Amino acid sequence: MIEPVLVSVGGGLGAVCRYLVGQFVGERRFPWATLVVNVVGSFLLGLVVFGVSDSEIALLVGTGFCGAFTTFSSFSFQTVGLWERGDKTHALLNAAGNLAVSLAGFAGAWVLVG
Amino acid sequence: MLWRRLLGDWDAIVLVAVGGILGANLRHAAGVVTGETLVPTLAANAVGSFALGLLLFDARADDVLTKRLRYVFGTGLLASFTTYSTFVADIALTAPVLAVVYVGASYAAGFGGVLASRRVVVATATAAIEESER
Repeated sequence: MIEPVLVSVGGGLGAVCRYLVGQFVGERRFPWATLVVNVVGSFLLGLVVFGVSDSEIALLVGTGFCGAFTTFSSFSFQTVGLWERGDKTHALLNAAGNLAVSLAGFAGAWVLVG
Repeated sequence: MLWRRLLGDWDAIVLVAVGGILGANLRHAAGVVTGETLVPTLAANAVGSFALGLLLFDARADDVLTKRLRYVFGTGLLASFTTYSTFVADIALTAPVLAVVYVGASYAAGFGGVLASRRVVVATATAAIEESER
């Protein structure tokens, strides 16, 4: 019964932190805030995957916080928006950049604690 | 300055938190588990991208949903239901060939979901206008 509590606490915090990053970064032409949360969240998930064996911490931080902090739907919406605005270079950079830098973050966590 | 703006936003923070709790639990219930299940993650990301498109394109069209509902369902629920970190972990922990296919399928499903959502919003709005003109 503790599973939903861990996912809820992590999920609520992750969503609020993502919202605060968005407020801090503000409206820009390029969706920097989403890139930041996806990279930081992937690095943090890497630390959990490679460095934590406790399943409750994995649920709280991995499934809950990192899952909610990072977002695929906003990323998709913003990438399509860039492309249709005629900003195809930034759309491609956004699609490739989120993937490459997030993977680098995840791999960086493996180097640190794996 | 920034902190005053954020504190003035406490109601938005509560709404985003409520949505985040719902989204994270829905994703967990859908079986998205890091490194074990590629398909549920892809499905959640596709469905979430389509639904977020419905929400945001509808907001552009005629703003049926209030800003508060967008905090709960957009920034909160759908953004938390979908995940980039688990997507990245799944790629990193999967065989390279499958990983490439998986990235292509996920991106196609996410972008395709957004485009499909706009078709639905536009078609619905057009039907409503025609209905009102009849």
